[in-house]
Amino acid sequence: MKTRVLVGMGTCGIAAGARKVMEALEKGLQGVEGVELLPTGCVGLCEKEVVAEIQKNGEKTIYGDLTPEKVERLIEEVVLKGNIIEDWIAARPEEPILAKQERIVLENCGHINPENIDEYLEKGGYKGLEKALKDMTPDQVVEEVKTSGLRGRGGGGFPAGLKWQFASQAPGDKKYVVCNADEGDPGAFMDRSIKEGDPHALLEGMLICGYAIGSDEGYIYVRAEYPLAIKRIKVAMKQAEERGYLGENILETDYNFRIKIKEGAGAFVCGEETALLASIEGRMGRPRPRPPYPATKGLWNKPTNINNVETYANIPRIIRRGGEKFAQIGTEKSTGTKVFALTGKINNTGLIEVPMGISIREIIYDIGGGIPEGRKFKAVQIGGPSGGCIPAHLLDLPIDYDSLVESGAIMGSGGLVTMDEETCMVDVAWFFLNFTQKESCGKCTPCREGTKRMLEILERIKAGKGKNEDIERLKFLGRNIVDTSLCGLGQTAPNPVLSTLRFFEDEYRAHIEEQRCPAGVCADLLRYVIVQEDCKRCSICVKVCPVNAISGKPKEKHLIDQEICTKCNACLEKCPFDAIVKK
Amino acid sequence: MAEISVKINGQEVQIEKGKTLLQACEELGIDVPTLCYHPRVAIEGACRLCMVEDKKSGQLIASCTLEADDGMEIETESPRVVEARKLVLDLLLASHDVDCFACERNGDCRLQDYSYRYGIERTAFPGERREFPIDNQNPFFERDYNRCIQCGLCVRACHEIPQAGAIDFANRGFSSEIATPFNVPLEDSTCVFCGMCVELCPVGALVPRLDRFTGRPWEIEKVRTTCAYCGVGCQIELNVNEDRVVGISGYGESEPNYGDLCVKGKFGWDYIHHPERLTAPLVRKEGKLVPTSWEEALDYTARKFKEIKEEHGGDALGGLTSAKCTNEENYLFQKFVRAALATHNVDHCARL
Repeated sequence: MKTRVLVGMGTCGIAAGARKVMEALEKGLQGVEGVELLPTGCVGLCEKEVVAEIQKNGEKTIYGDLTPEKVERLIEEVVLKGNIIEDWIAARPEEPILAKQERIVLENCGHINPENIDEYLEKGGYKGLEKALKDMTPDQVVEEVKTSGLRGRGGGGFPAGLKWQFASQAPGDKKYVVCNADEGDPGAFMDRSIKEGDPHALLEGMLICGYAIGSDEGYIYVRAEYPLAIKRIKVAMKQAEERGYLGENILETDYNFRIKIKEGAGAFVCGEETALLASIEGRMGRPRPRPPYPATKGLWNKPTNINNVETYANIPRIIRRGGEKFAQIGTEKSTGTKVFALTGKINNTGLIEVPMGISIREIIYDIGGGIPEGRKFKAVQIGGPSGGCIPAHLLDLPIDYDSLVESGAIMGSGGLVTMDEETCMVDVAWFFLNFTQKESCGKCTPCREGTKRMLEILERIKAGKGKNEDIERLKFLGRNIVDTSLCGLGQTAPNPVLSTLRFFEDEYRAHIEEQRCPAGVCADLLRYVIVQEDCKRCSICVKVCPVNAISGKPKEKHLIDQEICTKCNACLEKCPFDAIVKK
Repeated sequence: MAEISVKINGQEVQIEKGKTLLQACEELGIDVPTLCYHPRVAIEGACRLCMVEDKKSGQLIASCTLEADDGMEIETESPRVVEARKLVLDLLLASHDVDCFACERNGDCRLQDYSYRYGIERTAFPGERREFPIDNQNPFFERDYNRCIQCGLCVRACHEIPQAGAIDFANRGFSSEIATPFNVPLEDSTCVFCGMCVELCPVGALVPRLDRFTGRPWEIEKVRTTCAYCGVGCQIELNVNEDRVVGISGYGESEPNYGDLCVKGKFGWDYIHHPERLTAPLVRKEGKLVPTSWEEALDYTARKFKEIKEEHGGDALGGLTSAKCTNEENYLFQKFVRAALATHNVDHCARL
C-alpha cells in the first residue's frame, strides 16, 4: 500500500503557508519511491494550519502547525520510518474535537485529492447518480429526499424534498437547477470548503436534482472572490464530462445535463434567491417579491430549484444510503448534520460538522475546546449577520432549526461566532448591522432607511450619547423592519440588535445611563489611566504615545491627557509594569 | 372570469381572480396608501406603504404584490398596519428634503398627503441624509434628488414606456440613488425627454422647468384636449391658471396614449402664449404682411391656384402636407392636390 501525504491546500491552508510546505515536501520526497504527495481540501482544523494527513500502513494521522523547517523531520520519521511524532499531531480521532463530529458532507474534505475524479469515485462517488438514473424514477428520487427530511442548509431551512416536488410538478418544458454558492456571510466558509475539497459531491447533487425535477441545465452562482473554488469546480466539471457523468446521454441514458458557472461580484444580497436569479439574468441584484416562488417562476421565468452547496452535497449520500438512514441522524424535525464555521473567542477555531440536536455546550467546550485564557463564555452568535446571540444560560440549547428560531437566532448558513466577557454586545450588534446595512440593496424603504437609523442609534449609544428612549426606538424600528421588509435580508437584519437587546439589555443601559462599556470595548467610553502606585516613571509610555498625550519626564509623575488621547492602546501594551489600565 | 371571496375590513366581497389585494381595495373604494405603485408600469413592492394585515397568519403583507386568494381576511387600517405605515413615512421623511414651501408639488404630493393623514409632523429620526446637487442642465425638467424617495417609478417608466433605459438605480443600500450610466448628463444619455418619469414621480423630485412658479396645484384647472403636435391625437390635459396654459399632463383614462406623452406633447407648449405666435392669417399687401380674415385669405389662395393652373398647367403647383395632420386629413389633402389642382406633385414632411 502506497504511503500518501495529503497537504491541506484550501484557500485557508494556502493563506497559512501550505504552498511552501508543499514545495519543501516535493523537494524532500524527490526520488522517494512509493510515496504519493497530493493536495487536498480543508480538513477543518483552522487553528492548526498548515495541516497534512499522512496515510501509512492503513493508519491516518493528521499533523498540524507545519512549516517548511519541520518537513525534513516529518519525512524522515513519519513518511519513511512510519513513526509518529506525538507533539505535532493536530488532532486524534478519539479527541472530542473529532469524536463529537459526524462527517457526512465533509467526509471527503481533507482526505481526497479534489482534482482527481478517481479518488471521488473510490469513495463511492457518482454511485448516487447511477442509482437514481438506473433504478429510480424522478418521483422516487423526490420521495427519497422527502423521506430524508433534509432541510435547506442555506438559512431558511425549507424542506428540500418539498421544494423539489414543487419544481418537478410545475408545468413547463424548460427547468433549471441553480446552486447558491455565493456564501456572503462574513466568517462563513462552509460552502467554500466543500467546493474546494469535494467539488464532485456538489455536481452529483445537482445532477440528481436535475433528473428529479426534469431539468437539463444548471447554474452555479459562486462569488468571484473564490477563485480556487471556481477552478476546482471547473476541473471537476471537465473530468465528469470526460467520464460521462455530465453532458449528453449521461451514463448511457437519455438524461442530459449541462452546468454553467456564473461568477458573482460579491454582493451579499445576491445570496437572496430572487436577487441571485436577477444577477444570473444580467440584471441588477435586487430581490423581487414572492410569490411567485422560483419553483414556478424562477430563472428566466422558468421553474427553478435553488439550493445551496451544502444541501446539494448531502444528496448523493442520501440517494446512495437511503433517506431513512439519513433521517436517523439528528432530531425528528432537523435531520442529518450541519457544518459550522467556528470562530471568535474559542480555542479550536475551524470547520466542524455535527449531528443536529447537539448542544451548544458540546460545540463550545468539547469540540471548540472552550474559551481561551480561561475567560468566561458570554454568548454565541449563530446564523451570521442575520442571526442572533444566544447567551450563556442557554448553553444547553440543542442546535436545530426550530429551537434556534425560538431563541431569537437562526440556523443561517452556519456561522458560529463565540464571545467572551471581553466582547461588548452593543458593539457586536453594531458590527453585524453595519454589515447588513451596507449590503442592503436599497430597494425597499424599511431596509434602506430603517437599518441606517438603527445603526445611527447604535453609534450614538457606543459613543456614550445614547438617550433613554433609544432602547424602545431600536425595538420599534427592529420589529417593524422585520415585519415590512421585502426580502430575507431586511426581514432578518435587525436580529442581532433585537437578540442582544433581549438578553443583554443591561449592557445597553450601562452605555446609556452610566456612559460605561462593561466589556471595555467601546473606545469613546474608555479612559486610559496610569495607576501611580504601580508606575515606575520609566517614561516608555511617553515615548510610544503617537499623539503626545502623556506628560512627564523620566522619574517624574506621568499623566494622560484625556482630551488628546486617541485610545490606541499603545501605552497599555508597552508598559512593562502593567501600570496603565482601561477604565 | 372566476370570482373569489375575500373579507376586507370585515366586509365580505366578491372580486375577480387574479387581482391583487390593492386592486381589490381600490375597487371597493378603500384608500390604501402607496407610493411605488402605478397601474401604467410593473409592480415593484418597494415602498412598503401599502402593507395590510392578514388576519389569519397575523402577518403584514404588501397588498400591491399579493394576489387576493379565496377566503382571505384583511385589515387595511389595523393598529399594526398603522404603526408600520407611520414608520415607513417617518423613514422617508428622514431622508427627504422637507422644504415643501419651495416645492412645486406642495399640495399635490402623496408623501405630504399620507404624512398628514397619519399625523406625522416631522421625522423622529433626524440623521445623515443623501445630498445631491440640483440638476437643471437640460431644458425640460429639473432633477432634485434631495426630494427623491426612491420609489423607482421613474426608472420603470423610463424602461417600460419609451424603453429608453436612460436611468436606473446606482449604488447600494442607503447610498443608492437614481442615475444615468456613469452619471453622464441626461442630455448625453439615451433619454428621449418624454417626461414620463416626471409624470409618474409622486413627489417633487422631478418637475418641468417651465411650470415652475406658475401656480400652486390647487390653482390649476385641468382642461382635456387633444395634443396639437401630430396625427396620433394623444389625449392631454392643459394645466390652466387664470386663462393661461402653465403645463401639460397626459390624460390617463383614454386611448390612444393612456397618459403617455412625448417630448413635444409634454414640454413643447410654450408656443401657446408666445408673442410671435400667428393668431390670424396674413396676406401681403403693398409689400407688407398684414392680418386678415380666413375668408379673405382662402379666397385669395383659391384665386391664385386657379390663375397658375390656367396659365401654366397643374404641374406648376405642388402640395406638401404635415405630420401634424391625421391620416384622414392627409388623404383629403392628396385627393385635393390630384383632383382639384390636377397634379401628382404631392408629398409629406415625414419623407423629408
